[in-house]
Amino acid sequence: MEQILFYCFAGVLIFAATMVITVRNPVRAALFLVLAFFTSAGIWLLLEAEFLALTLVLVYVGAVMVLFLFVVMMLDINLSSLQEGFTRYLPLGILVAALITIEMLAVLGASHFGLDIVPSPVPQPDDYSNTKAIGLLLYTTYVYPFEIASVILTVAIVAAITLTLRDNKSRKSQVVSEQIKVRAEDRVRVVKMDSVKPINDQESAS
Amino acid sequence: MMFEVVNMSFALPEMFLLGMACTILLVVAFFKKTGASLAYGLSQITMVASVVLVYRDMGGLEGLAFSDTYIRDALSNVLKIAIFLINIAVLMYSTSYLKARELFKGEYYVLAVFATLGMSVMVSAHHFLTLYLGLELMSLCLYAMVAMHRDSKVATEAAMKYFILGALASGMLLYGMSIIYGITGSLSISAVAAAIQTGSLDNTVLSFGLVFLVIGVGFKLGAVPFHMWLPDVYQGAPTAMTLFIATTPKLAAFAMMIRLLVEGLGDVQQYWQDMLIMLSVLSVILGNVVAIAQTNMKRMLAYSTISHVGFILLGIISGTEAGYAGSLFYALTYAVMTLAAFGMIILMSRRGFEAEEISDYKGLSQHHPWFALMMLIVMFSMAGIPPLVGFYAKLAVIKSIVDIELISVAILVVVMSVIGAFYYLRVIKVMYFDQADDAYEIDAPTDMRIMVSANAVAILGLGIFPGTLMALCASVFS
Repeated sequence: MEQILFYCFAGVLIFAATMVITVRNPVRAALFLVLAFFTSAGIWLLLEAEFLALTLVLVYVGAVMVLFLFVVMMLDINLSSLQEGFTRYLPLGILVAALITIEMLAVLGASHFGLDIVPSPVPQPDDYSNTKAIGLLLYTTYVYPFEIASVILTVAIVAAITLTLRDNKSRKSQVVSEQIKVRAEDRVRVVKMDSVKPINDQESAS
Repeated sequence: MMFEVVNMSFALPEMFLLGMACTILLVVAFFKKTGASLAYGLSQITMVASVVLVYRDMGGLEGLAFSDTYIRDALSNVLKIAIFLINIAVLMYSTSYLKARELFKGEYYVLAVFATLGMSVMVSAHHFLTLYLGLELMSLCLYAMVAMHRDSKVATEAAMKYFILGALASGMLLYGMSIIYGITGSLSISAVAAAIQTGSLDNTVLSFGLVFLVIGVGFKLGAVPFHMWLPDVYQGAPTAMTLFIATTPKLAAFAMMIRLLVEGLGDVQQYWQDMLIMLSVLSVILGNVVAIAQTNMKRMLAYSTISHVGFILLGIISGTEAGYAGSLFYALTYAVMTLAAFGMIILMSRRGFEAEEISDYKGLSQHHPWFALMMLIVMFSMAGIPPLVGFYAKLAVIKSIVDIELISVAILVVVMSVIGAFYYLRVIKVMYFDQADDAYEIDAPTDMRIMVSANAVAILGLGIFPGTLMALCASVFS
């Protein structure tokens, strides 16, 4: 049963991952990525990593991918230019991919990673808490890598803001304080003029 | 669960860097007008203080910390001091460049300090996870720095290439690490080494994972055939950013190579030795031959970097302590020489004139004999002509492979470095024997002029008295 489930999930995952990079429409690609995340979450559940599987669905599917979809929809991506060179490099790409797959199958098959070499882990008791174990490790043994990961996230924000924010002079935003401070005499100038100009001036001017 | 309370004092330099990076970030956010100048001053203070922090505990405080994810040893101390010192000069040069081009923004310094933190983490990593996270921290800052000049099309293209290929390399590295983890059951470098030492591991799988590690390291160093990004990025990025990515990150990548291949997988040296020989020989050949055809100074220096990387690999190939020390010596001198070369380009350039083409240096000696002399020292040193430091670096690594009787490789490398001398000498010929088209105006600030001169004189000084640095490098690995 577990094996059938695994192969189902793995098959769908590979299909979805392939579709992500081959479909023309970026929105569809993003949706296939969602499918890929869901199926890998399923595989993680089979590995008894329940907390991580749920986090993957919540964080990646729930937050990151939705945001990503918004961005993709807002950007006007030229689809035809994305496809350029795809067919040109396709034969070479397939050849390289096939070679690497065969090599990986030779090394990563049952002869090197079979159950007799890598025994399956002993199932944990029912009251075992994955979340607790991760929490304990994260804040004790792996506190240093954990902190570095948080620094990386900070840098990501700094980098994103640096690359997107610029003090645009042409931006038309309201400055409320200046608007309030405005007085009528600053804006409207009452000019006193004669309703009829004297004829003498006109002649002397011409 | 038992948990040993960590000895925080080991990682004092990293903690200080992190604190200062956050401080600079706040300063930049709150002081709009003076933020960039304040950030520059603070980041220089950070570098100097970090040198002091590392130097203070040198020799005394050594060992593992944070559940064996962090190591403080002679190698990490030497490399950290070198990285911080070189970054002082890098920040000074790039400030002069950025100020002249309205790129003078505080964010550059925030990213620079964070990148330095990343390098520092990499240098003292004792765990695959820390190594990888340090690498990502550094790389992320570098990608953003290259892309910072958004109005320039070439800079954006360079950033894109750098980002995609860098991400690919990180993926390769991570895959290799996961395979090694799968077979040894640990991510800690000493535990991996211990598992390999038992000799009960499946060698096919081990070498499979090793291939991916070597590819990842090759990408980060820029060794052939993983060098494609290097010339485009060096040429496309603004010179200040090129200067940053060309110097200290290579030292961090060197540390990564030592930690992974020598400390982690040292017992399967025969596996990675052959791979590295290929990378090294190809790098030296391609770097030197293709550089001849370049007319752009930055592109030429990129190919020269590729050939220098080939030389750095030679010492690792030898697998001896003397070889590792030679490689370290080479990596340090490479960083100093590249720093001076790009420093000269920045010194010559001004707003609207990048001084990128080799022909821009025509007749430099007639107008600015002192700086022409400095450039001459740098070029001679890169070509490996005694009594400059580049010669002793080449000598050390070539000697180490002669010692393990790889005579054919040694001969090939020497022939290639003679060919390589051509393009370094061409720059000198252009400076001294060609007529200048028009008079130069060098309007670099005084601190920049003094620093570039000091940098070139240091190359000469280290060349005349290489003993101290040599002995320091040797003491790291003995």
